[in-house]
Amino acid sequence: MGFPSPAADYIEDRIDLNEVLAPNPLSTFFFRNDGVNMVNAFIPPKALLVVDRSQTPVNGSIVVAVVNGEFVVRYLVINEIKCLLAAANPKVADIVLTGDFTAEIWGVVTGIVTQTKDLKPCTL
Amino acid sequence: MYALVDCNNFYCSCERLFNPKLEGKPIVVLSNNDGCAIARSDEAKAIGIVMGTPEFMIREQLKEHNVKIFSSNYTLYGDLSDRVMKTLASFVPRMEIYSIDEAFLDMHELQHTDLLKLAVEIRRTIRKHIGIPVTVGIAPTKTLAKMANRYAKKRYKDVGVYWAADQRLIDEMLAFTEVGDIWGIGMQYARKLTLKGFKTAMDLKSAPDDWIRQQMSVVGLRLIHELRGQASIKWEFTPPAKKNICTSRSFGKLITEYKTIAEAVTNYTALCALKLRQQNACAARLNVFLQTNPHRTQDQQYMHSVTLALEVASNITSELIKYALKGLSIIYKPGYNFMKCGVMVLDIIPQDKIQYSFFDTAERTKQRTMMQAFDKVNRVFGKDIVRFASQGFEKKYRLRAEFLSKRYSTNIDELVIIKD
Repeated sequence: MGFPSPAADYIEDRIDLNEVLAPNPLSTFFFRNDGVNMVNAFIPPKALLVVDRSQTPVNGSIVVAVVNGEFVVRYLVINEIKCLLAAANPKVADIVLTGDFTAEIWGVVTGIVTQTKDLKPCTL
Repeated sequence: MYALVDCNNFYCSCERLFNPKLEGKPIVVLSNNDGCAIARSDEAKAIGIVMGTPEFMIREQLKEHNVKIFSSNYTLYGDLSDRVMKTLASFVPRMEIYSIDEAFLDMHELQHTDLLKLAVEIRRTIRKHIGIPVTVGIAPTKTLAKMANRYAKKRYKDVGVYWAADQRLIDEMLAFTEVGDIWGIGMQYARKLTLKGFKTAMDLKSAPDDWIRQQMSVVGLRLIHELRGQASIKWEFTPPAKKNICTSRSFGKLITEYKTIAEAVTNYTALCALKLRQQNACAARLNVFLQTNPHRTQDQQYMHSVTLALEVASNITSELIKYALKGLSIIYKPGYNFMKCGVMVLDIIPQDKIQYSFFDTAERTKQRTMMQAFDKVNRVFGKDIVRFASQGFEKKYRLRAEFLSKRYSTNIDELVIIKD
């Protein structure tokens, strides 16, 4: 038997990214981004999106929404006059939510995970 | 008070969550091996697709109405079920998971809570957090809670909640429910009761005890008491340990050769052995069965099964495989088109109560340690990463699952890709 570790009383759990990125595991789902519509919101292609359904979306939330049956990632903009799903890419038009759309917020994007191997020099 | 929470068309709702295009469209989920329709969306029900109908019988109908078909994706349904159940558990002190998509909640300790408000909140939370629509029925007994749930679905679909709070509200649903639709009354009894003039649950409630006992045994009596509001069905918090475990599947196609069947038998045995170890139990006997397809009248029919007694009760995969293959070699006959085989382990006893044999030469302690390591590797690195050679790799017998969706919530390589 050697010396007892002087650190024994000071051991803490190592950092767990799940606790940071997905504190509500029961309502958290993951999506894979494959577009450039949100590139200015730091969502590159290949990014993993952490989506928490238990969060309530507010003005400015990044959300996964279903528009006419298709999944999209956008900023949610709500003000007195209108409600829209805004892209973070000047080349892409916003989706203004009018009666012509069926749209539903699927969940709120609470985290964006990117591995550096998936990053390419940005070509905007 | 008890609540029964039931997920609406659960398998279809799971598929829809990750395929929102299918909202409002008819969906059917098929059983293992793409056999029968086992789940239908409301739209599919409206078309007249009947539960349990074999796929080949409704193929035309499905095509004509453009029904979206899915093979059952139990990985996906299992994960979503787990999320629903764990979320439900946060609302009440006690609950009993009744099936993959239903749970009884014990509301007895919540006298000061507005149960209707709670039910609405449960429904809203499950819908928002998990994305699965549920219906809640609340009543003084389990049988009535089950009935309240059904009543809510039939009469208050948009609300999705029914609380049978007093006798008037209980009677309202009793009068609505036909005897055949009462939980626990099968077709046989339903016919018998209808002939005797009992049409609804309300009629049955006032049937004399003696007569019910005589006609339907104690089980029937218990049921009548439940209808009258006296809780008589036991509460099962932990599912009872299984007495026997069976793994059997139809083959994806007809098989005649011994080798492929042996591979299937080996894999099913490995699964049984794993389940035994998971509940710290051993089996003393093992049954293997093999059969042709009775619906193929053009084929010669053959069906056989054999039960072998193990020298010492075991849960060691290699040992069980040895017995299973011995069994198979006894019942196998060449020249038949086989459709299905299975392995059942019987006489299950706790691992620490095994009767050892004087002549036993196996090194059981060593084997047990080996199986522990075996299970751990598979748990960490993935199912069947280590396996017995006779389990094979080809799985030629594998189930048909032509319309399988992705494992959206459990596998990082199968996530929904947003192409927007």
